[in-house]
Amino acid sequence: MSDPLFEFLCRMGDNTLVLGHRVSEWCGTAPVLEEDIALANTALDLIGQTTLWLNLAGEVEGRGRDADALAFRRDVWDFRNLFLVEQPNGDFGQTMMRQFLFDSWHRLYLTGLTESSDARISAIAEKSLKEVSYHLDRATDTVIGLGDGTEESHARMQAALDRLWPFVGEMFAGDAVDAALARQGTAPDPAKLRSGFDEQVGKVLAEATLVRPDSDFAHKGGKTGTRHSEHLGHMLAQMQWLQRAYPDATW
Amino acid sequence: MVVEKPLTETVWAWLDAVPDPEIPVISLVDLGIIRDVSWQDDTLEVTVTPTYSGCPATRIINLDIETALRDQGIEKLRLKTQLSPAWTTDWLTARGRERLESYGIAPPQPAGGPAHCPQCKSGNVERISQYGSTPCKAQWRCCDCLEPFDYFKCI
Repeated sequence: MSDPLFEFLCRMGDNTLVLGHRVSEWCGTAPVLEEDIALANTALDLIGQTTLWLNLAGEVEGRGRDADALAFRRDVWDFRNLFLVEQPNGDFGQTMMRQFLFDSWHRLYLTGLTESSDARISAIAEKSLKEVSYHLDRATDTVIGLGDGTEESHARMQAALDRLWPFVGEMFAGDAVDAALARQGTAPDPAKLRSGFDEQVGKVLAEATLVRPDSDFAHKGGKTGTRHSEHLGHMLAQMQWLQRAYPDATW
Repeated sequence: MVVEKPLTETVWAWLDAVPDPEIPVISLVDLGIIRDVSWQDDTLEVTVTPTYSGCPATRIINLDIETALRDQGIEKLRLKTQLSPAWTTDWLTARGRERLESYGIAPPQPAGGPAHCPQCKSGNVERISQYGSTPCKAQWRCCDCLEPFDYFKCI
């Protein structure tokens, strides 16, 4: 296992990078102008957070790599993001359900990180938490509005929830990296956040008249880098082509 | 060439003349992002905190600070980025709030929405979108004069 701190920072930065890129794919094509702007702003926040996490990862690694080098010059098997965030956007409802599930976890995890024994980590968490709380407010409103909306919007939101639920478990599945960080007081044990997540998400789903799937089967391997879904490679090809084709290009 | 080190109060006044690149009616000092100005030996250190982590104006702001201080003859300058405590709209100055309002941007309110329409002052307003043309703003509309307007988000 490589340095747990570096692994952890890559996980944080890769989650926000991959989700930020996914959300930015809506730019110019969202259902209405206000949603287009909201999605672009959400993506911008996530990319900003990525810069903070991955620059710190590069600093901790000490091999001269910065956020750009880590974002644009690693291959798919070196990415440490959750399966959930690399899933394709689908329709608008699926994008917002993914956002809601991720934000719900992200807010809890960042809240824990504000107590980190590492001041560099607690500072980034404190900054990110404000932005993420705002994302969650909006995602919650949208999930409720569309879930408890028309027959069509309700059906689509339930389908999105059914499709994405198998990716929820990975957010709370700890491994040796998590255990090492929890021991040092660097990061919370993700497993301990599950009950808070279930409670909060359960309330919103009830209000949205959506039914939580019965099975808690979880796909795993994204955050440990064991495997990714086929979607990530395609996304990276689009995201990284310029920096790969023209290394160190400036303009 | 500066022979003597200018007082930090003087440097604050210079920075108060640098406009925010996105909302030029307020200064960087009004925005509350300049957290400290100090001399470290013969180097002037300016501590800046970002508004939003992805705000594209951040780089321009750093460039504008550097340009303004170099123009005043500062040669040894260091810009320090400080994330914690995280920027809050509580740090906007009273003058900054007034300027935002007269510019047509409703200033942030703890209640989470604008106090009234910056144009006609009616309290009958509604939200159009939680986001707007920059990361720091949301879109609202006045239900009386029907003008849409920006609201400076309260964080």
